[in-house]
Amino acid sequence: MPVNAALTGSLTSRAAQAATRGVVNFSLGLAILAAIWWLGGYLIAANPKTQSFAGFGLLPTLQAFPELWSLGKLQKAIVASGYRLGGGLLIAAAIGVPIGIVMGRSKRFRELSNSSFQFLRMISPLSWMPIAVFVFPAWDQSIIFLIAVASVWPIMFQTAAGLAKVDPAWFKVARNLGAKPVQMLTQIIMPAISFDIFTGIRLALGIAWVVLVPAEMLGVTSGLGYAIKDARETLSYHHLTAMVLTIGIIGYLLDTCCVFLLRRFSWHRGDI
Amino acid sequence: MLARAAATPPAVGSSLPRENHTVSIRGVNINIQGLGYRYSTRGKPTFSNLRLESQRGEALAIIGRSGCGKSTLLHIIAGLNRPTEGSIQFDGKTVDGPSSRWVMMFQAPHLFPWMKVSQNVGIGLRFAGWPEKEKAERVAEALRLVELSDYAETNVQDLSGGQQQRVALARSLVMEPELLLLDEPFSALDAFTRASLQRDVRSIAKRLGFNLIIVTHDIDEAVLMADRALIMAGAPGKIVHEFQVDLADPRQRQDPAVQSMRARLMDAFHAAAQISGSAAQEMEEEAISGIA
Ligand SMILES: Nc1ncnc2c1ncn2[C@@H]1O[C@H](COP(=O)(O)OP(=O)(O)OP(=O)(O)O)[C@@H](O)[C@H]1O
Ligand SMILES: [Mg+2]
Repeated sequence: MPVNAALTGSLTSRAAQAATRGVVNFSLGLAILAAIWWLGGYLIAANPKTQSFAGFGLLPTLQAFPELWSLGKLQKAIVASGYRLGGGLLIAAAIGVPIGIVMGRSKRFRELSNSSFQFLRMISPLSWMPIAVFVFPAWDQSIIFLIAVASVWPIMFQTAAGLAKVDPAWFKVARNLGAKPVQMLTQIIMPAISFDIFTGIRLALGIAWVVLVPAEMLGVTSGLGYAIKDARETLSYHHLTAMVLTIGIIGYLLDTCCVFLLRRFSWHRGDI
Repeated sequence: MLARAAATPPAVGSSLPRENHTVSIRGVNINIQGLGYRYSTRGKPTFSNLRLESQRGEALAIIGRSGCGKSTLLHIIAGLNRPTEGSIQFDGKTVDGPSSRWVMMFQAPHLFPWMKVSQNVGIGLRFAGWPEKEKAERVAEALRLVELSDYAETNVQDLSGGQQQRVALARSLVMEPELLLLDEPFSALDAFTRASLQRDVRSIAKRLGFNLIIVTHDIDEAVLMADRALIMAGAPGKIVHEFQVDLADPRQRQDPAVQSMRARLMDAFHAAAQISGSAAQEMEEEAISGIA
């Protein structure tokens, strides 16, 4: 029908317009940030007093990337940090999701555990460092422990909150149709709260990424945090900013992955 | 043990709406004695000393005023709520929990929003471990019955209220249980769809021989679907009257025999009105509006 075609036509063109505008604004935002950076770098380089810090500028930083890549420093730092981040998050999810489910299901457990969890949650993750070093034989393990401690809370609380929102009638319907407890977990509870679990993981990722870098400045000899410390000590400032930039880019990409997963697993209408 | 039925994947194909089906021995003798139930220990009892018996394969209608405890009774019979007094026996065995052999369709659809229509309908068979192919066949047949074949792949959040109710009906029917409990199953449907589903559900139940207990506000529905109608009154819930619906199948609304049966069921409400006062009065008004 012509009316229909016109309607869908205008709809698709509107969607295309919105997408184009998104891309333009995204690039424009980045361009403005780059321009400010470039200007700052230019002023630092122009001033004889601060000339020795010219490596912080935009252009030296961009030049540092191929340098670091060919030295293998960039890849090695990313792999080392990624391993710690992944390990820590995995442990946090493996602990946080089941405890969150018990919290959401059992009022008794929620009341019993609330005070201790709220208390433990408020302890800065980095303050566990001396104890972690004491307990774990390797630095890697203590950093993974710190990441896990930092990121377990949002996963746990989001999971519990998600379960609290679940319609109890769904459990009744499933029981009525003969669901066994395992099936209740895998086919009703998990899909019902997958959105909340991924929201928790997304929050946890943000915290873990923030904790990772300072943790790596204490002791270890690999990873992005160490690379920054190393660059500072060797006065190679353009390497330092390149590493900082890398941290930002990776964090951004990881968060984008999370948003993608959230979209994929969300059944709520109008969540994102 | 009761005859193994819905929970076990069959050797032969599905039997749901096929005409040349050999009558299986399904259904249960239901025996409920001295049933008492309270939602809270200090609250008023929803039932006390309720008695209900139903033979194998019988279609029973329960009619009663809003809030008199019909839904609660169905929950208890389905094993979802435990009676505080008395017991429920199917073929002499005490019911001690839910099972895919006695399935309830709730008053609200309660569909799983992360599943498509066909997945919602097939979830009970999935719980029972049915192979994919047999499951898909049965689901397709159930969807055909409720006239939703075109919506198999649709997200349930995109369905109308009546469509959702039909998905919920298909989800219960697909189990081919020994006892099907329906809580106002057609309340959100238009007159035409309702009439055809009333006929179809009764004929499936009769063909497969399973018991049907249907809660309804609609006198017509009771006359068209049930072998026997129970009139229930509240506070605490009890069955104040029972009424034999002796009519040949298929039942047509315009049929004089059906019309006169309905008039007699209405009279039974008048009788019930004498017993339980204003409660039955309202019932009667509802009954009249049901006819209109
Ligand atoms: N979860 C509950 N907790 C406490 N009381 C309840 C609960 N559910 C129902 N009741 C009470 O039990 C009584 C019976 O409720 P029920 O839902 O069985 O009525 P009903 O006959 O199905 O009514 P309707 O025709 O409106 O569906 C009502 O008085 C109601 O207030
Ligand atoms: Mg009800």
